[in-house]
Parts: sequence; C-alpha cells; structure tokens
Amino acid sequence: MTTITHLNERQFQAPERRVGEQIGADVAGPAADDVDSRSRFPREAIDALREAGMLGALIPVELGGLGLNLESVAESVTDLARHCSSAAMVYAMHQIQVACLVRHGDSDELRAFTRSVATEGLLLASATTELGIGGNVRTSSCAVQREGDRFTLQKQAPVISYGQYADAILATARRAPNSPPNDQVLVVCRKGGFGLEEKSTWDAMGFRGTCSLGFVLTAEGPATDILPVPYGEISSQTMLPVSHILWSSLWFGIASAAADKARRFVQAAARKNPDMTPPNAMRLSELTTVLQQFQDVVFAARARYSEISDNPEKTTSISFAIAMNSLKVSASTLVVDVVQRALLICGMAGYANKSPFTLARLLRDSYGAQLMVNNDRINANNAQLLLVSRGV
Amino acid sequence: MDAEIREVLASYGRLPMGVGALGRSDDLYRAGLTSHASVNVMLGLEDTFDIEFPDALLRKGTFESIVSIASALVSLGVEPAVHEQGTK
Repeated sequence: MTTITHLNERQFQAPERRVGEQIGADVAGPAADDVDSRSRFPREAIDALREAGMLGALIPVELGGLGLNLESVAESVTDLARHCSSAAMVYAMHQIQVACLVRHGDSDELRAFTRSVATEGLLLASATTELGIGGNVRTSSCAVQREGDRFTLQKQAPVISYGQYADAILATARRAPNSPPNDQVLVVCRKGGFGLEEKSTWDAMGFRGTCSLGFVLTAEGPATDILPVPYGEISSQTMLPVSHILWSSLWFGIASAAADKARRFVQAAARKNPDMTPPNAMRLSELTTVLQQFQDVVFAARARYSEISDNPEKTTSISFAIAMNSLKVSASTLVVDVVQRALLICGMAGYANKSPFTLARLLRDSYGAQLMVNNDRINANNAQLLLVSRGV
Repeated sequence: MDAEIREVLASYGRLPMGVGALGRSDDLYRAGLTSHASVNVMLGLEDTFDIEFPDALLRKGTFESIVSIASALVSLGVEPAVHEQGTK
C-alpha cells in the first residue's frame, strides 16, 4: 500500500476542490470507455485519488486526512462523474463508509483505523444487503458471533461493489445470534481478516466498472472492530443522508456531462449556419431548465444536511428522513430526464456508439439510479412516514 | 399509562418477543421495533390517548423505550395518574 507523504505539498499546490476535476479529466475520463466495455475496476482513477490523499478527504486533519467537508467531497464526486460514472460511484461509496467511521467510530481502535484509511489510502467497501432480506438494509439475518475479544461473521451478500479491490468491508449484521433482525451493528472487516467467495458475476447495463459481484463474506477480527453505536443510528444520522447526497451529486455529474454534449452539438450546428437559431436550441433551453432544477435540488439537500449534521435530534426526525428519501427519488429520475433530452438534441450522433456526441454510456449509467435502492422501496417508506408527517 | 403503552406496542409493534418481557427502559429498537412498526405505534398511541405528536417529537428517540414514550405523552399533557384511574 502506498504511504502518502506529500499531502501537504499537494494541498498547497492544488486547491482540493479542483482535484476531482483534474483526476476526472486526466485519468478517469480517458479510461472510462475501457472500464465500461470490459466491466473492469477503474483502478487508475482510484489510484490517482489515493495518491492525492482524496480517499481520506473527509477524515479530520488531526487523523491524517484532508479535513474536507461533505460539500467539497460531493463536488469532487460530481466532477469525477462528468468523466466516469463508475469511478465516481466507487469514490462515493467509499466516502459513505468513511463518513460513518468519522462520525461513529469513536474508540481508540477505530480512530487508529480511520487514521490508517487516511495515511495508507485504504479503500472501503460495504456489505449491507443480504440474501433473504428482500432488499431491506435495516434488517440482517446474519449475526456477529463473539468469542472473548474476537468476532466472526459470515454473510451471504448479493452485492459487494468492488469487494475484491477493497482494503476493508463495512458489513451489517445482527448484534448477536439471539438478536432480532433490526438490532444491527456495523462491523469493520479488514483485509487479511476477511475472505470473499464469488457467487455471481457483474455484467450489467451501466455502472459496469463498480464490479458489483455477489459474494459470501467470511470475516473475523477483534471485537473492537464492531462500531460501538447501533447501526440504526449510523444509518439515519449518516449513512442514509450521505449516500443520497453523494449519489445525487454523482447523478448530477452524469446529467451535466450529457447536457454539455447537447450544448456543444447545438453550438456546432449554430456555427454552420449563423443566420438562424438551430431548432434544437429550444430543446437545449428546456434541458437547461431541468438541469438547473436538478442542481438546485442537490445543492439545497447538501446545505440542509450540513446545517444539522451534528444534531442527532434533527437527523433522526421523520421530516428529515422524508426529505432525504425525496432527494434520492427526484435526483434519480431527473438524471434520466436530462440524459434523454440530450439524446433527442444530439439525435443519431448521440445514439451512435462511436461519435464524439455518443450518449450510450451516460444513458445506461443513468438508468441505474432508480434501481440502486429501488425507488419503489423508497416511495413505500415515505408513504409510511407520511402517515404521521406534520408537513414540511 | 404503562399498561396502555404496552397494549399499543403489543398491537402494532410487531416485536418478536412478548411485550410482557420488556423492561420499562429496555431499548425497543434492540427488541425488534422497526421504523415501519414505530409509525404504526405512533398512530396507535395518538388514537389511544387522543393526542397528536408534534413535529419536534417525531423522531427515533421518542419511541426508544416505554419510559421515553411515557415522558413524551406526559409532555403532551397526558396525566399518568388521572389516566390510569380512568381506565381502572
């Protein structure tokens, strides 16, 4: 593992918020087609992010990280997503785990681990879904077995994105073999202490580079690697809002990339015939309205969370849960809307796989948004919560 | 008041264990109360005690234990003693 020794120098040379854009343009973008066509891990982008210290972006400076806030990280996710959705998704998913560790990993052992995430550039994956729970990540059937100061765990995970490339996997499980399904804990399974047995392959329409294979995860380690707070708290205070904020920022990046192609397409047409506004310009205007709506939804959600993120009273409130669920549903729908509008503008040049205006990958990636944590499930949750909501 | 809270929990809480086995300050989420079921518990409590939970109480902590539910109800003006008498 690379040890990062030049963080401060880098920080000084390049403002962090541009690092995502630079790595996106120089590294992730050029590899994106190969990552997509071979359904392979975006290794060069993740290595570049690690080199720049970005895997520890959310970790406080005193623990060796860059000490950035969630809003800056969300911006770098958007920047990366403009160039490679898969690299951006791996980065976003990693940051979600980091955010949980930073906020809830409050013990000497977990702080030491958090520090090594920053200084060694460890990549974190997550195993929250499980066979037989029907997609509800707030229940587990597997349980942590404790023996003395050690734990063991076995989990049938239908998906662990980039699991085989991760240095640690944060897995949910029942607190103990006699615990009910929703009494969950989050366990850090470290490399060397976990094994993965492949159970399914990953050959999907979009987000092909996330390598979201199914595995049987077998892990063991010190009991101190079990996060001290119940997973329910981690989920409502951090994992859920951070996921929805980073994912929506990512989808906004996909939408802006598509909008950018549409704009350049219309501008090229306008240059050919400067006497008249091309008919597509009207469609571009409509697209821009939706894109701006999308941006406002994403930015408002970031601001909303950053205002209350340190206040568990507010982050565990029903109105906040409804707001974050709504963000996910809006953003995942708007991304398809924008890319589809871009496709209509670019026409056959957008439909073709080999063309500077191709939208094939962006369109395929955009459809994943409504399926990862299915919008039907989220709407059903909100339907239930709205029974007691007092309005916004 | 406790008896009625337990009744509501038994009807709507969908707890894997019997409500009778629960201590007053046992963590209901650890006992298996899901967020879905807690919404139904909330509706059941509103119906039973003829109150409405204000926005500020609509959070996880309110439904963490029988004690926390009871104190929320008291804060909404449900009088424990009077109410217990009324139901006896």
